[in-house]
Amino acid sequence: MGQIQLKQVTKSFGDVQVIPPLDLTIEDGEFTVFVGPSGCGKSTLLRLIAGLEDITTGHIEIDGKDATDLVPAKRGLAMVFQSYALYPHMSVRKNIAFPLKMAGMDQAEIEKRISGAASVLNLTDYLDRRPGQLSGGQRQRVAIGRAIVREPAAFLFDEPLSNLDAALRVGMRLEISELHERLKTTMIYVTHDQVEAMTMADKIVVLRAGHIEQVGSPLELYHRPRNEFVAGFIGSPKMNIFGGAEAKKYGGEKAGIRPEHIDVSKTEGTWKGVVGVAEHLGSDTFIHVHDTGLADMVTVRITGDIQAKHGDTIYLTPQLDQMHKFDAQGLRIA
Amino acid sequence: MATKASRSAARLMMAPAVILLLGWMLVPLIMTLWFSFRTYLPLRGGDLGWAGFDNYVRFVSSSAFWPAVQTTLVIVLGVLIITVCLGIVLAILLDQPMWGQGVVRILVIAPFFVMPTVSALVWKNMFMDPVNGLFSHLWRFFGADPVSWLSDAATPSIIMIVSWQWLPFATLILLTAIQSLDSEQLEAAEMDGAPHLKRFWFIILPHLSRAITIVILIQTIFLLAIFAEIFVTTGGAFGTRTLSYLIFQRVLESQNVGLGSAGGVYAIILANIVAIFLMRIVGKNLDN
Repeated sequence: MGQIQLKQVTKSFGDVQVIPPLDLTIEDGEFTVFVGPSGCGKSTLLRLIAGLEDITTGHIEIDGKDATDLVPAKRGLAMVFQSYALYPHMSVRKNIAFPLKMAGMDQAEIEKRISGAASVLNLTDYLDRRPGQLSGGQRQRVAIGRAIVREPAAFLFDEPLSNLDAALRVGMRLEISELHERLKTTMIYVTHDQVEAMTMADKIVVLRAGHIEQVGSPLELYHRPRNEFVAGFIGSPKMNIFGGAEAKKYGGEKAGIRPEHIDVSKTEGTWKGVVGVAEHLGSDTFIHVHDTGLADMVTVRITGDIQAKHGDTIYLTPQLDQMHKFDAQGLRIA
Repeated sequence: MATKASRSAARLMMAPAVILLLGWMLVPLIMTLWFSFRTYLPLRGGDLGWAGFDNYVRFVSSSAFWPAVQTTLVIVLGVLIITVCLGIVLAILLDQPMWGQGVVRILVIAPFFVMPTVSALVWKNMFMDPVNGLFSHLWRFFGADPVSWLSDAATPSIIMIVSWQWLPFATLILLTAIQSLDSEQLEAAEMDGAPHLKRFWFIILPHLSRAITIVILIQTIFLLAIFAEIFVTTGGAFGTRTLSYLIFQRVLESQNVGLGSAGGVYAIILANIVAIFLMRIVGKNLDN
């Protein structure tokens, strides 16, 4: 069981309020991702839930019980840190056993849980090594192993993949998702990478400056961003957002269209522009178009390959039903 | 530094320094060895010729030799224990955020800048003097008889003085070591359910082991040779005669350079035995 509820939680460091009053419910078994640009308070929020920081006002409830003043160890949560925070002088076995030893569990049970975790995470051959002798991905798995042996109510991940290289990151992303499918335990995952958020989450919480901008499933956020910020943050490459007369034509102060929702032609279309850079990925091509009169640069995504060179004239046509419209406050219209 | 030319050029440029250092060490060492085999009495006829191993036999068979070795080891061990234990405590305290941190840190380091002779004189006259010392006032304030520290408890007094001098060094090195500990490790241990004392025992102390090794090694080298503190306070009386002090007495008080040199060679051997032991016991901490 692991339902976590934040009620009117705030956090201030001195006079600076980093988390304004915030309400959030994370349901049992849900994979929730906190995402936002750096400095948006997502890590702080996670540390508040973990109990590593004291909340200034408000309440935190875990499984309906008030946990606001509980010490971290008593909350039944396990955390995986960005730097893994393995104990360098202990073997992998002792690292994983540490929380159980602190809990005073008997040796036989500890052994059983270690071998269970080790086989789940493919660590059986490495149990007697020191963390310094392991690769980044293996260290990451040890850190996860140390978390799962405790059988916590919820897992907290603080940017766990940001120290890994790109290929390994994709692999670990899958492993964590699979782990969640198998354990069905609540997981809260902090990241600044919206790709991680989109691929892993049941529920995404988009944060900016401590405020929750939107809560929803990945596709909800993609198709119906509540405001301009979420629209620009979710999706890769970024949504093209423009204002002025052109936006008014579509019925908003500002309008946005995703790169994959623009049709391209060499002969005719709504907007005319000049090709800047074309990035050929094989399956897709991203074309950066200048001088359209909308924004500095409009990005277009085309499936497959297209012959487009620097300096070519190109015509763009937005798919009108995929157009997002925002009012003067940046809120979504309809 | 890969090519042959750059390597030989590097050797050439390093040569003056290496030769100077080698001469610096070898000349006194060879002179000591040379004198240790001579009967050399500066005020009683000068160099009186070859002595064989007479000086070595005389130095060891003297009734003062083994007590001197024992005193040396007691003082070194006592100072090491006090400075390392208090050093860890002070380092942890100084690591806490507090008001006036910078000033306090400078104050803690201050004793290290006081010359050994001066600090020994200050302790002898201002603290440990049985009539006017601060300690005697304190004892009298509580109605107790003042202790004459440097005669009744001479070795502990010297251990106290030397510890006071070396505590800043230990504190400083241990403090930097504590500050290099990744705070996420402590937080992870906190989440894992380790209370303060267990966090200290399982995380902080292992992290400090390398720094403690360095403190022990460096301090041992210097503590084996302490001299000024003894010369100024007890003059080697009341069981405070260390090996280095015994050598001093043989050379300058008995005016027997040959005998003192033989003692010097023994001191070198003792220092090496201690060093090998230390390397064996704690040196493996430096490996990983």
